Amino acid sequence: MEFLAPFIEVYTLDNLKFLLEGFAVTLKVAAISIVLSFIIGSLIGTLRYARIPVVSKLLALIVETIRNLPLLLIIFFTYFALPEIGIEMEITSAAIAALTVFESAMISEIIRSGLNSIEKGQVEAGRASGLNYIQTLRYIILPQALRRMVPPLVSQFISLLKDTSLAVVIALPDLLHNGQIIYAQKGSYVIPVFVMVALMYFIVNYTLSLVARRLELKQT
Amino acid sequence: MLDFSILTNNFDSFLEGLKITIISSLIALLSSFILGTLIAVMRIAPVKLLNWLGSVYIEFIRNIPVLVIVFFTYLSGNFGGMTAGTIGLTIYTAAFIAEAIRAGIMSVPKGQMEAARSTGLSYGQAMRMVILPQAIKIVIPPLGNQFINLVKNSSLLAVVAGGDLMYQGDLISAKTYITFDTYVFVALFYLILTIPLSLGVGFLEKRMAKSN
Repeated sequence: MEFLAPFIEVYTLDNLKFLLEGFAVTLKVAAISIVLSFIIGSLIGTLRYARIPVVSKLLALIVETIRNLPLLLIIFFTYFALPEIGIEMEITSAAIAALTVFESAMISEIIRSGLNSIEKGQVEAGRASGLNYIQTLRYIILPQALRRMVPPLVSQFISLLKDTSLAVVIALPDLLHNGQIIYAQKGSYVIPVFVMVALMYFIVNYTLSLVARRLELKQT
Repeated sequence: MLDFSILTNNFDSFLEGLKITIISSLIALLSSFILGTLIAVMRIAPVKLLNWLGSVYIEFIRNIPVLVIVFFTYLSGNFGGMTAGTIGLTIYTAAFIAEAIRAGIMSVPKGQMEAARSTGLSYGQAMRMVILPQAIKIVIPPLGNQFINLVKNSSLLAVVAGGDLMYQGDLISAKTYITFDTYVFVALFYLILTIPLSLGVGFLEKRMAKSN
């Protein structure tokens, strides 16, 4: 029972409330970032799919560069390096900006491969029936592609929720950060705090992954 | 314009960081491959309890942030930053590799297991000598992707003073007060590692798609 003592000591109502407050920040930052990344990622993915001469190549270069860099570096860069060239943001905005840059690149790839999975003949058929290229994309290709994109997009949201934890390095008051404040009080608090923090992430992410799986099953 | 004196004056630090990033990623890849294979076999073994344990590991680890795991290994054990970080990366990556290997094993036709068993091999032997060698081929491209993720995730070593590329970058920027240029050089070093890997994996994926 000795082993359980720190758990009882840590799991007070105040501490749990404090952790939940942190989790609310995590969820808020993740939600704002996913919406922004979806908009920017869709735009980039569609522009790359459309093979517009210089633009598509340039976007490919940017997306590949970002996808091949660690998110931690992008977060550090946004918060510590950008002020040197006059772009200063407070912590929450910096976290959202960094996550959005990284996740937009990831989502643009989901959008692009979703679009690519629709047979090229459909574009030709759409054009032949008198629609212009934009109309073909909007009414024929996108509605079909979007359905295929939903499961990977949900998975990406799970990644984003996990990735938000990296913003503790710039002191975003998220779930992990608030956990750190609690376990800093006493060495024996480390394990109980991590168990609770991990459980909170797990419950939300696991639920989302079940949703993603169900959507995938529905399609096949 | 970039201040190249940061690169030339601190070249040894950058190289040291690069070395630790590579070593940590390689060790983590190898050990998570072993651990992941073990968990994948548990997942599909004809023993209910093992199936369950394997699933719990995979589902739990995949749904929590890798940073939480790295902090936990660092704070709960008596390890240095590099060791703790590498262990944390291994625990995390093994869950993803286990899923990839399981998918690979499942893609080998069921008849192969039956044929191997009927020639007198035990379940373990059939798995090791007949099924796994065939499954590995299918698993190579996703393993490559996991290795790229490992190189990127190894940057988390910086948070536990692991001495990697990101960590050295932090030290250099704290010393020179020139953060922007330092991080650009750090980024270039990461790209030197990840871009060839990405191209290689892309090539393998295309070749696999053709051979099927």
